[in-house]
Amino acid sequence: MTELGSQSAADRPAVPAEREPVAVLEGITREYRMGDEIVRALDSFSFSFAKGDYWSIMGSSGSGKSTLLNILGCIDRPSDGSYRIRGRDVVTMDDDALSTFRGKELGFVFQSYNLIPQLDVIENILVPVMYQEVVPEGIEERAQALAERVGLGGRLHHRPMQLSGGQQQRVAIARSLINDPALILADEATGNLDSKTASEILELFDELHAEGKTILLVTHEPDVGERSEKVLQLKDGNIESVYDNRSGAAS
Amino acid sequence: MRGSAFLRAFRLGISSLLLHKLRSFLTTLGVLFGVASVIAMLAVGEGASAEAQDQIRRLGSRNVILRSVEPPQTGDENAEMRVLSYGLTRDDFDRIEATFPAVGRAVPVLQTPAEVRQGEDVCRPRVLCTPWTYQDVTRRDLFAGRFLTEIDEETRALVCVLGYEVARFLFPFESSIGQRVKVGEHYLEVVGVLGSRLPTGSIATDPSSEAGGEVFLPLSTGRAFFGERQTEIRSGSMDVQEVQLHEIIVEAERDIDVELVAAACREMLRREHDDKDYEVIVPLELLARAAETKRIFNIVLGSIAGISLLVGGIGIMNVMLATVTERTREIGIRRALGAKRKHIVTQFLVETMVLSGAGGLLGVGIGLLIPWIVERTAQLETIVTPAAPILALGISVLVGVVFGLYPAWRAATMDPVEALRHE
Repeated sequence: MTELGSQSAADRPAVPAEREPVAVLEGITREYRMGDEIVRALDSFSFSFAKGDYWSIMGSSGSGKSTLLNILGCIDRPSDGSYRIRGRDVVTMDDDALSTFRGKELGFVFQSYNLIPQLDVIENILVPVMYQEVVPEGIEERAQALAERVGLGGRLHHRPMQLSGGQQQRVAIARSLINDPALILADEATGNLDSKTASEILELFDELHAEGKTILLVTHEPDVGERSEKVLQLKDGNIESVYDNRSGAAS
Repeated sequence: MRGSAFLRAFRLGISSLLLHKLRSFLTTLGVLFGVASVIAMLAVGEGASAEAQDQIRRLGSRNVILRSVEPPQTGDENAEMRVLSYGLTRDDFDRIEATFPAVGRAVPVLQTPAEVRQGEDVCRPRVLCTPWTYQDVTRRDLFAGRFLTEIDEETRALVCVLGYEVARFLFPFESSIGQRVKVGEHYLEVVGVLGSRLPTGSIATDPSSEAGGEVFLPLSTGRAFFGERQTEIRSGSMDVQEVQLHEIIVEAERDIDVELVAAACREMLRREHDDKDYEVIVPLELLARAAETKRIFNIVLGSIAGISLLVGGIGIMNVMLATVTERTREIGIRRALGAKRKHIVTQFLVETMVLSGAGGLLGVGIGLLIPWIVERTAQLETIVTPAAPILALGISVLVGVVFGLYPAWRAATMDPVEALRHE
């Protein structure tokens, strides 16, 4: 671990040396083919997210933040570059290994909640466990505890249709936590919610951050960005600026 | 939890299908009707064939039946009275009995168109003059009394044996044994009743009908009373036929000799008769032909079943493809949350199998109901072999696998990024 740390220390901007890196991207390039043209959504992007970080990833549309999120979430593969999560190289994994890895190490929170309609609250929270080869002991109790943690203890057997948007998003957050992942990726998590509910969800993120979870929040809303610890501003497939909300220092 | 992975996929499949109850039900209809028609048709076909084989077997599988047939009419149609002479002869019978190898017994039958009456009741059954061996060779059951004997034959006894239907018609409330009936102009004493030739439970009890109405008397008695000329008065004109023997039942010594005996009879009759005034019936050949007919029937049935299941399968595939498109987003979510391709394949395959399996189960239910109804309304015998529902159900699940594979594969190979973006 120390060897890895010292190796990549020089490439890591804005990360204090004492904090363990969770997700390390080096020279990530992602190109799409649009007809005859090749569009470069990410251009030699290098960054390191440390354990316990709470980042907002911002940028206008076309800045590459969706592409970055897909690559961070291991549902898309870079055209070039290397990407490690908890020291494991995810670029070279085959589809099956990557699928299992996603379920284990990544928690997703989507803009439109993306719960599975035919499953109830507790079953939805357990979906990432269903696809794991090893199922931890007492996972159902854990799912129940998480449901209570996000304030849905009384609605364990409700279907998504019977829940409000905010409640659905809470289920999604509980689902993202079930396997205790390395990274929680939230894509416009408050985009479909009214400001009061959005604020409640962001409070939940604050609490998770306080518990030491690593959270990456993709958003285009400055209000949301301000709530996070740090802001990563993207433009044209690379970093435009990095801003620390606590110190107010940009770099 | 892992051990119950299939069970969980199964439960999930059911709950997904229940989200669209009507659509799921309509989708299963194709397979449902396919399976139901297979079982029903198989049951009816099996029943019909069993009945046909039973009837043929009743003729005696070791027998060859030679029958006189009126040859096509020639010439003097307008003659008021004509004597038509044709058919099997006593010489034919003697030749068969004396010279044929492998023949066990040969039974001659002379038929006379006499009326049978008792008091006011008259019927026109087949009056068969035949020796005592008839019952044994044709394996007819005795219902009451005795059949004709050798002594009856030698003494030209004035006795007769009634068929079951005739006995019931003439003596509905009492035993016919010892009673007298008038056959033509002659009184004969009833000594026995033969069991019915019709299958039990059959409703045909008309004593004049071909199968039902029969009266037997000794051949010697019949010859003495009626001779070999059969006179019938039909709509004013007399129709006189001269037939020496109407039927000769030849019994082969062993089962394997039947074909040999049949061939010898055919050859002999071909040589001795200028006209084709006879026919040779070999129950064994009929049996073989019935088996062949059944085989063809089964092939036809199999093709129809195959086509209807194919149509049902295509229907299911069509709906599953639509379902996969509709649930693209769900597939994306599952992939993001850790589902491998094989998990997605399993999910949709199980769903298709549940659909076709449910269709199959309902089809089996309806398929078993149809023969039951047919048996009660159409008086047709039906036989449901246990293999039919099992086979049909198995095939319907197989249809699910085959037609579910492509939609499942489509679902599994979707790009998760694209799938998640799908609205």
